[in-house]
Amino acid sequence: MKPWQKTVLYIVVIYFIFLLGPTAGLDIPRIVQAIAQSPSLLVTQLLVGLINGAIIAIIALGYTLVYGIIELINFAHGDLYMLGGFAALTVMGAFGMQDGAPFISAIIPMLAALLVSAGLCAGLNVLTERYAYRPLRNAPRLAPLISAIGVSFIFQNLGLFWGGLRSFIPIMGNTAAAPKSFPDLLPRTDIFQALGIQTKIDFTVKDLVVLVVAAGLMIGLNLFVQRTPAGKAMRAVAQNRDAAKIVGINVDQIIVLTFLIGGALAGAAGLLVGLYNNTIVFTMGFTAGLRAFTAAVLGGIGNITGAMLGGVLIGLLSALSDQYLSSRWTDAWVFAVLVLILVFRPSGLLGENLQEKV
Amino acid sequence: MLELIDVSTYYGNIQALKGISLHVEAGEVVTLIGSNGAGKSTTLRTIQGLLRPRQGRILFEGRDLQTVPTEEIVRLGIAQSPEGRMIFPRMTVLENLEMGAFQRRDKPAVIKADMDQVFDRFPRLRERMTQKGGTLSGGEQQMLAIGRALMARPRLLLLDEPSMGLAPMLVSQIFSIIQEISAEGMTILLVEQNARMALTVANRGYVLQTGEIVLAGDAKDLQVNETVRKAYLGEE
Repeated sequence: MKPWQKTVLYIVVIYFIFLLGPTAGLDIPRIVQAIAQSPSLLVTQLLVGLINGAIIAIIALGYTLVYGIIELINFAHGDLYMLGGFAALTVMGAFGMQDGAPFISAIIPMLAALLVSAGLCAGLNVLTERYAYRPLRNAPRLAPLISAIGVSFIFQNLGLFWGGLRSFIPIMGNTAAAPKSFPDLLPRTDIFQALGIQTKIDFTVKDLVVLVVAAGLMIGLNLFVQRTPAGKAMRAVAQNRDAAKIVGINVDQIIVLTFLIGGALAGAAGLLVGLYNNTIVFTMGFTAGLRAFTAAVLGGIGNITGAMLGGVLIGLLSALSDQYLSSRWTDAWVFAVLVLILVFRPSGLLGENLQEKV
Repeated sequence: MLELIDVSTYYGNIQALKGISLHVEAGEVVTLIGSNGAGKSTTLRTIQGLLRPRQGRILFEGRDLQTVPTEEIVRLGIAQSPEGRMIFPRMTVLENLEMGAFQRRDKPAVIKADMDQVFDRFPRLRERMTQKGGTLSGGEQQMLAIGRALMARPRLLLLDEPSMGLAPMLVSQIFSIIQEISAEGMTILLVEQNARMALTVANRGYVLQTGEIVLAGDAKDLQVNETVRKAYLGEE
């Protein structure tokens, strides 16, 4: 960046912070006071951000895995996650789950929902790759991108249709397009209170379960990619497709595997968000997808750790903005930070320079 | 062992190979020399199945490779150290070698033993075992590419410009390793721009010019051939 460009950028940033900032909730004395008054609220809010961020991170992994392998932004991925939520809700309905059902009786339905939504999303993702992306493998790069947007609309309408099946699935409620309430099954027992620790920090069993499952999925994926032959083959294909072929890797198989894993993660995220936020709606894939995609780019697209970091960062930023800035401006703040980071690090936080030695 | 019969390969509408025929017998070192853009790498890519010939046949031990996928060709026993080395830059040296054995179904102990052999052959790689491939020097990357190809336990080893971009000292080191590998019984098809070095290690050679084979014969004869001396050995 040239010096004058940097100067202009700084002026713009300063302008935003000091002049537009207060309108958008950036009232520093008030924020300092609020934090001083109740530090535990800050911690609670950070925890909320961490959990939401973990869910975003799981969706972001789907973007980053696919991008790493075939350099396609799979715009249908967010909507796939939404369908995962609908599949989970359908399973809950089939088991007759309702708000406040005893935790023990909810364990099997939750596991079943995890299997069904992960399985369905994995299958759908593989089918999408096979019929919407693979025929365009050698087409100009915009073609599969448009195809992905098309699939996104198909999934969204599928979600709308699914939400309207009230005669078969009563749990969907009366209006197809309305947000569906997802049964609240995870106990809201406060962990610190149960342990006899005096604190104002809210941290419930529900939070813990979602966090542990999300973290488990991420650790599992990391181990898979780092340790197993199939995971290593995925990395090999991402780093040099021709070299991967030369050592005897079936690249098509690895691409299918990537879509399978990405889809399963999206399905799991759909269940988690239902359990955590207790509401799902057919348009949620778009916003969540946008955030997850942002997280992937923020971390350095194609980089698995980067997607996790980016997801958690966006979750934390959103939570802090919701509490201390202005919830109406949260998206603006999140994306302003994104723009800033990308201006200084265009390849993302953990993105690498792709130059290789000849 | 390997036979190409009238093979033509195209990039889109551009014909890169114009009906070339060549053969490699078991135990031989055969070199394919020629200048930039003559179609040397294209020939190796076609043999490996990365490119498909529009015409002609490729036979490996009597089997037609026309419809055989690349990973299966590797399993049949053809491995390659490709042009530009193509190592995996964000994998360690160890992982790169592991990937070389990807299609093998052997026990880990057997693969481990082969890896030790590669490390004995290239002690530098052992020193750099946990380093990422992308951080290696050019010469080390070349050793890694050859080592990775050996990890597939091929019966035919394709080497694409192993001397490219290396200092003269390293070039002779690489060539003496090629001789070593050949002495152990490996069949090698060696593509080189450095015709002088290639012809000293090879039994036979082919000269490729704009997609056609213009000369073929024993390496000794090619070394003294008038045309070869002028065009490829830089002698007056």
